[in-house]
Amino acid sequence: MAIAETRLYMPQAPRPRLRLLEDERWLALVLLVPTLVLLGMFIAYPFMRGILLSVTNARVGVPGDFVGFANFYKIFNDGIFRTSVYNTFVYTGVTTVFKLSLGLWLAMLLNRNFRGKAFIRAFILLPFIIPTVLSTFAWKWMFDPTFSVLNWMLYHLGLITSRINWLGDPDLAMISIIIVNIWRGVPFFAISLLAGLQTISPELNEAAAIDGAKPWQRFWHITWPLLLPVTLVVVLFSVIQTFADFQIVYVMTGGGPANATHLFATYAYQIGIGTGLLSEGAAIALAMFPVLFLVVIFQLLYIRRVEVR
Amino acid sequence: MTKVTRRNVLKAGTALAGGMAGILATGRAPALAQGTTVHWLRWNDFVPASDQLLRKQLLPAAEKALGIKVNLETVNGNDLQPRITSAIQSGTGPDIIMLFNNHPHIYSESVIDLSDLTSATGKAEGGYYDLCKSNSADGQKWIAQPWAIVGAMIAYRKSWFDEVGSPTFPETWEKYREVGKKLKANGRPIGQTLGHTFGDAPTFSYPYLWSWGGSEIEKDGKTVNINKKEVIDSVKFMTAFWKEAHDEGGLAWDDTNNNRAFLSQSICATLNGASIYIESLRNADKYITEKGAQLKTDIQHSPLPKGPAGQFAMHTYFSHVIPSYSKNQEGAKALLKWIHAKENYEPWFVSQKGFATPPTHEWEKHNLWDQDKVMTPFKVAGLLGQTPGYPLPSSGKKPAEVLTKYIITDMYAKAVQGASAEDAVKWADVELKKIYT
Repeated sequence: MAIAETRLYMPQAPRPRLRLLEDERWLALVLLVPTLVLLGMFIAYPFMRGILLSVTNARVGVPGDFVGFANFYKIFNDGIFRTSVYNTFVYTGVTTVFKLSLGLWLAMLLNRNFRGKAFIRAFILLPFIIPTVLSTFAWKWMFDPTFSVLNWMLYHLGLITSRINWLGDPDLAMISIIIVNIWRGVPFFAISLLAGLQTISPELNEAAAIDGAKPWQRFWHITWPLLLPVTLVVVLFSVIQTFADFQIVYVMTGGGPANATHLFATYAYQIGIGTGLLSEGAAIALAMFPVLFLVVIFQLLYIRRVEVR
Repeated sequence: MTKVTRRNVLKAGTALAGGMAGILATGRAPALAQGTTVHWLRWNDFVPASDQLLRKQLLPAAEKALGIKVNLETVNGNDLQPRITSAIQSGTGPDIIMLFNNHPHIYSESVIDLSDLTSATGKAEGGYYDLCKSNSADGQKWIAQPWAIVGAMIAYRKSWFDEVGSPTFPETWEKYREVGKKLKANGRPIGQTLGHTFGDAPTFSYPYLWSWGGSEIEKDGKTVNINKKEVIDSVKFMTAFWKEAHDEGGLAWDDTNNNRAFLSQSICATLNGASIYIESLRNADKYITEKGAQLKTDIQHSPLPKGPAGQFAMHTYFSHVIPSYSKNQEGAKALLKWIHAKENYEPWFVSQKGFATPPTHEWEKHNLWDQDKVMTPFKVAGLLGQTPGYPLPSSGKKPAEVLTKYIITDMYAKAVQGASAEDAVKWADVELKKIYT
């Protein structure tokens, strides 16, 4: 009997570099590299550049020298900066309260069954979908000092006898930008909270109803606690976005009249880009950071506590 | 079909990261569209016919004559500064950039010397007006080439002023306030912006301040002395003048609002370039007065009234810079030289119909100024205007900082909004001292 010569199939050993990638820990690291590069380039690098700029006296086209905290000292003694800080807190606080309550109300309504539900839900998102600059320009026209359609309407309804100076009066200008921010932000709250509401089992509400709980009790003791983690995340995102808002104020008022509606971002832009004082502009923008950082830490800790509970 | 394998993905990722690393290492964005293309950034002209002329006739002719390609980009006037700042910081962008007023001083370290161009044009055309040098030269060299001056004059409704007993335009602020009061009572207020906008706001607030004897800085260039009786009086007067005679929406106006308000016949007068009148000429049948006449027949122009310290003007000034980062500096200079040659500049000037006054004396003789008497006051705009920083002999970085922070305009706007005159002036004093001392 002839014994056939057999040879065991031995594939060629991979090169050491590729063998390294067979290890999941190394592979994970390699796969994370693109994300790390992107985050580094677009988040960490500009952030570090911002910090470096803020401690120099750089102007546009001039790198400048190290000046320590001189820019921060300067802006904390600047009346317009203090107004911007106050405005930013008022703007963020007022709009968040309104966006949350209106968004929640809208979400509860949309959570019911009615004809054309899908269409209405999509329609509600419109303010959020339209590019902010575009919709804000439309609002600017509606608040126009001379040709305001709102004034025209109120006048013809007999509610006013003279024009309302929407964007020329400091308080009304602030109210105007707040209205636009609420209009734009409510759909985000509504749709996110609606998604949260849909995760709550209807059986809980039905059981409570059978036990005799009134609608308000059902909302307060069942819906609200279960919706709280989603609500906190939505509020967190909204606070961060509103605090650093730029587009609405820039288009509507440019920070005017006479700097009365500046926020951190618009004032930083005016000083850094308009006047070319890049270091001061960076200092103004960075002054937002500690506040936002605290908001994020506080809310994330609170969310974790709610989830653990 | 390419198979997506783990190795391919890794290869592509490495290539992307390598490319980005290259960009980071050089510190510059990739230079696209370089070579013989000159990228020219200008404002959207308030006389649109001029932009059409540039695009359809002048630039094709320049391309043919110079053998280059010109990419003309026009943006809103208030967006020119953000564009040049980001271009300079990133080291890439347009090869020629239009700037307003004394803004070139802000960028003086980052633009090239244009003295050879200005010296040739100045010599050929009887010399530049003083305000051009003040706004465009830094003491040693020309950092921008003067392009044009848009004279700021009050456009007013002749018949409406006649109706309230003012057949000629009021010569002093006091008289203007009296007439304005009557006009506002008739539902025809004066329109004036006190907003953050490059043209009509500072060209009103600066000469107004000067006409009362105030200034942002004293002649020595070091002393800020704005907190004085004359300036407080000017603010008090402005506050009352505003309430009694102005359209109070003006606090939120930019450079376009007064054009729309005047053309819709809701204001009786406004400080402006001649763009309102030129629009009424262009669309004569569109703008009809309440008496059925063409609006253009009822518009006149006047300089700003006199104050206790005299009569002043400041005009919106336009110039071009070539940033040092430009790879096409020679092409850009060749284009500026070409467009400033008399035979090429003239069609553009004529298309402006007097809205823009050229920066040199020579053009005062042009027959365009004899064609329409309403436009005649604009002929000498270049001779009469002062520049931000007056009474300093030349504008500069600090006056440019004051201008771009809108401190003078805001001083009046604050008081008009309700702050006391004393507080508004004190605020301006503090802000000015931060810059000058």
